[in-house]
Amino acid sequence: MSFSLDQANDLLKEAQDKGATDGDIFVLQGESFEGSVRLKEIEKVNDARGKSLTLRVFFGKRHAMTSTSDFTKKSLDALLSDTCNLAKISPEDRCAGLPESSVCAKVIPSFDLFDSEVGNLSIDEKIDMAIRAERAAFSADPRILNSEGASLCNTQTTVHYAATNGFSGSYIGSSSSLSVSPIASENGVMQRDYWYSTRRKYKELESAESVGATAAARTVRRLGARKVATQNVPVVFDPEMAASLIACLASALSGYALYKQASFLTDHLGAKIASDGVTIEDDPTLAGGLGTKPFDGEGLPSTKKSIVEKGTLKSYLLDTYSGKKLNLPSTGNASRGPGSSPSVGTTNFHLLPGPYSPEEIIASVRSGLYVTELIGFGVNTVTGDYSQGAVGIWISDGALAYPVEEITIAGNLKEMFLNIEQVGNDLSLFKRVAAPTLKIAQMTVAGSERG
Amino acid sequence: MQTINPEDFFLTKYDLSPSQLTSVMGRVLGKKIDYADLYFEYSTSESISLEEGAVKKVSKNISQGAGVRAVAAEKTGYAYSDDISLENLLVSAKTARYIAKEGDDRQVPAIKTDSSPHDLYPVETVPIDLPVEEKMRLLESVDQIARAVDPRIKKVMASYASEVKRVFIVNSKGGMTHDTLPLMRLNVTCIAEDGGRREVGSFGGGGRHEFRFFFEMLPGAIGRRFEHYAKEAARQAIINLSAIDSPAGPMEVVLGPGWPGILLHEAIGHGLEADFNRKGTSAFSGRLGERVASTLCTVIDDGTIPGRRGSLNCDDEGVPTSRTVLIENGILKGYLFDRQNAALMKMPLTGNGRRESYAHSPMPRMTNTFMLAGNALPSEIIRSVRRGLYAVSFGGGQVDITSGKFVFSANEAYLIEDGKITSPVKGATLIGNGPDILTKVTMVGNDLALDPGVGTCGKEGQSVPVGVGLPTIKISEITVGGTA
Repeated sequence: MSFSLDQANDLLKEAQDKGATDGDIFVLQGESFEGSVRLKEIEKVNDARGKSLTLRVFFGKRHAMTSTSDFTKKSLDALLSDTCNLAKISPEDRCAGLPESSVCAKVIPSFDLFDSEVGNLSIDEKIDMAIRAERAAFSADPRILNSEGASLCNTQTTVHYAATNGFSGSYIGSSSSLSVSPIASENGVMQRDYWYSTRRKYKELESAESVGATAAARTVRRLGARKVATQNVPVVFDPEMAASLIACLASALSGYALYKQASFLTDHLGAKIASDGVTIEDDPTLAGGLGTKPFDGEGLPSTKKSIVEKGTLKSYLLDTYSGKKLNLPSTGNASRGPGSSPSVGTTNFHLLPGPYSPEEIIASVRSGLYVTELIGFGVNTVTGDYSQGAVGIWISDGALAYPVEEITIAGNLKEMFLNIEQVGNDLSLFKRVAAPTLKIAQMTVAGSERG
Repeated sequence: MQTINPEDFFLTKYDLSPSQLTSVMGRVLGKKIDYADLYFEYSTSESISLEEGAVKKVSKNISQGAGVRAVAAEKTGYAYSDDISLENLLVSAKTARYIAKEGDDRQVPAIKTDSSPHDLYPVETVPIDLPVEEKMRLLESVDQIARAVDPRIKKVMASYASEVKRVFIVNSKGGMTHDTLPLMRLNVTCIAEDGGRREVGSFGGGGRHEFRFFFEMLPGAIGRRFEHYAKEAARQAIINLSAIDSPAGPMEVVLGPGWPGILLHEAIGHGLEADFNRKGTSAFSGRLGERVASTLCTVIDDGTIPGRRGSLNCDDEGVPTSRTVLIENGILKGYLFDRQNAALMKMPLTGNGRRESYAHSPMPRMTNTFMLAGNALPSEIIRSVRRGLYAVSFGGGQVDITSGKFVFSANEAYLIEDGKITSPVKGATLIGNGPDILTKVTMVGNDLALDPGVGTCGKEGQSVPVGVGLPTIKISEITVGGTA
């Protein structure tokens, strides 16, 4: 059962007939397929068809929100009545409301987000891609003796958004992803790592052979990992882990964290928050980007924004509500999900490349850590305190020397961003949140006794 | 609790008959399939949040769908749709059986209702059926109580959420099970500010209870349950205002009772889930019967504790939950099974096959995981430490089940100096090795406590509610990830 913008507008009209002053409807309809293989055999085939409708109604400054995956007329009528009743008993919120129609997108650009060819592929062809990727990992190194498998996933998502301020728009996007997770063993000790490729279009994925070989190399290099002594040293983040660092920054720049004063970057607009080498953009218009979209979750136009420029904070990440709380206009970063009010999200949030190759960065470190994996939840957005479990490779005299594990790295995000000493030239654009290799001048590595 | 049982609810709501379900099952079993099931779910949920002294968000959600699963040895096919109809079930059935080789049609056994031996959450009125205004008032009270704790409490954020989930499961062995699961929680977060420094504290609880659970008086003059949550969140934020940098490196660590049981969940529990062990990808693979902990340690997973967040009458494959001994006096005794892995490993079912929703196929998961109490007095445990860390509250944790390395992050901890608890220290991540961390447990307290009921566990993209529990324990050495 599919849904159209006309139906959304009809439902909003009914809400207004019931006395609502405003309202909006956000509909997500998706299909996805995932085929997993393990040890050359199919392990799992998963086929999904899902949808959700999220309805907000406003009675002046009172509002409520409901959502459902049941699109029958009877259910939607009941939902509408429920939502109106809930809104009427909700307290007033002076900042509640839709954006003014004057700020909504007038033209909806048609970005090339949809893969029209992937639908022609058979399940057998997709499974074969995963089998080839896993095989490539096994043939890359004799120490790859087991596997968590390989998987090929395609999704397609249709978004419809309509609001009583006059905005309505739809778009369809897709993505394909291939991943491999091999397990290597040596001297009775196992290590696992993974690699993946995700693109808007299936045919643009990295080859199965390349994904498998990278996964194997990342796994094998962890064999023989040991603990190191507790010490303060420079820490180099590989691009995957550097991306996780700027994701922490994005959380701290969310308008919701800021107006609640639950961010270490509260009141920092215009301030120096990172070293000169750090420039971060959020670009919803990036061609082929996984975060690209033609309008934001409240119908605002997509524009590229500079968030941090040479270390100076140029913009927060705001939607209409959090903007009003901070007396600032929305930055067009409203994000919607099934069953939730607008929140703040990034689109293609990228730290731009710097002048150094990853090899040059590693060569600049006499003794330090190259981080390839972080685990845990030791990030405090309120204070910036940061303490995470780490896996990586020890750098001795400017070269990767031996793998390390069962250690933590700790510092404070405020200082860590100011202490980014070198920015790599190896940015990959095919991730929603991405950064090149980064070197932080000093952090505390905790492991065995102090050396 | 509900006047209508979920079985009748689904058949009536979606206009399905038992014979149509049999025909769907027949479609799945048209190939060489060992096991198949149909999983129907209809969930309603509500959430209300408060900030800046006022209720800000009120929402209700309905989620429905049906999944069809086919299992052939190690292979699983799963397909779902949230339009529940005979036509969509037949389409899902065809996709799900893709994994199997062609075979002959098979007789589908007659379907009969299995009943669970448990009735763990006999709730008369599910919280979602009570007026929203009652929940708004609860949040407003939480706000006032937290602010009254100390003038340095500047921000209070509180949220209430409840759901009721109806499930109906039909399997190819002819079994049919249904359940109605209530669940609610209340969370409080406070931000304290003093001289430009801001710190956060949080606390919450809940379970599969009546709404009045939050208003019950707790023993020992603590007050009512919701008051306790508000005061604890505020107290923790205030404590953290004076926290000094956490030490870095290996040291003796004492874990307080309750929430710190997340240690067991990460270090031990995930590694004992049967899927990883069947595949030989867990650091615990092939180690049944071996010593993995000190003799003081007995670790249990128990899905049958009444009202707990991690408890279930039956798992998401219709198997009654049970109490499973994972480690007994230090010896590894058992794994946690779903149907597929129990069949492949030829082991009995434990009732641990769980899924987040109809959009997911089941896998082995924990329920409530805890360590049995020992004999030591908590005060005696603290007194025995010359220099170490006393951690009483944790945020989240994570484990790499293959290497066995796990972390969990403290959000309230203190130094122990010469047998006394001294300065509060900033939150730090603790890191260790699952297969040997419990061998370093040198004292176990007599004060087993379960967590207050807000835990959620993530695995392969699926979140399920869980519980943990621990008495006060002493670990002779674990690496503390501080900066000092």
